[in-house]
Amino acid sequence: MADKTLDAKGLNCPLPILRAKKMLKEVPTGGTLEVLATDPGSVADFGAFCRTTGNELVESTAADGVYRFIIKHVA
Amino acid sequence: MTEENNTKTMTIIVTKGSLDWAYPPLILGTTAAAMGVDVTLFFTFYGLEILKKKLDLQITALGNAAMKMPLGGMHLTMPNIVNMIPGVDAGATAMMKNLIAKKGVASIEDLREAAIESDIKMIACQMTLDLFEYSKDDLIDGVEIGGAATYMEKALKSDINLFI
Repeated sequence: MADKTLDAKGLNCPLPILRAKKMLKEVPTGGTLEVLATDPGSVADFGAFCRTTGNELVESTAADGVYRFIIKHVA
Repeated sequence: MTEENNTKTMTIIVTKGSLDWAYPPLILGTTAAAMGVDVTLFFTFYGLEILKKKLDLQITALGNAAMKMPLGGMHLTMPNIVNMIPGVDAGATAMMKNLIAKKGVASIEDLREAAIESDIKMIACQMTLDLFEYSKDDLIDGVEIGGAATYMEKALKSDINLFI
């Protein structure tokens, strides 16, 4: 189980990233944040966000039109 | 993010104040800030509208041949002669705001709030304030006032400089 979950379904760029960044601050280092989104652009964007910020994208999956990301808070 | 001198920096010169053109600088600025970038936005000419306490950004299709609004599965374009009719801009603005809300796109108010929260440095152009007879009181709190040299000092040290 992730430490926190962000429901970003229905939100469009850049809101899922902005909200995730904000919530990541509340996740302890080494902890994980789960993000649920419906924006197809979020798949590429969460990859880019994690590579740039040094956080780890542990999981990126899709089911029933919902994208699920697990981000490990590293930096 | 950890060491001051490793932080990437970006500046954007914001020159446009219509509802559609207000998006690119605010989206890029807030996203860059979320990715650990130190962001400075320099608002000049019509870009200053985005800093007004009371936002009243409008859209116009006049002269914008690429503007095609989705409507009932089709895309609607309007001839300039129609766009010139009083009230058409207000209608297009209402239509755009409706679409923005429906598609889960952030409002300009939300993005501006996010920009403030993420410590984006916002500089209002002194010359434009003089030119259009505005004072600092017309703008939201936290805005700095500066000129071209203030911008250049930042830009010379920045990794990315954009003009929108």
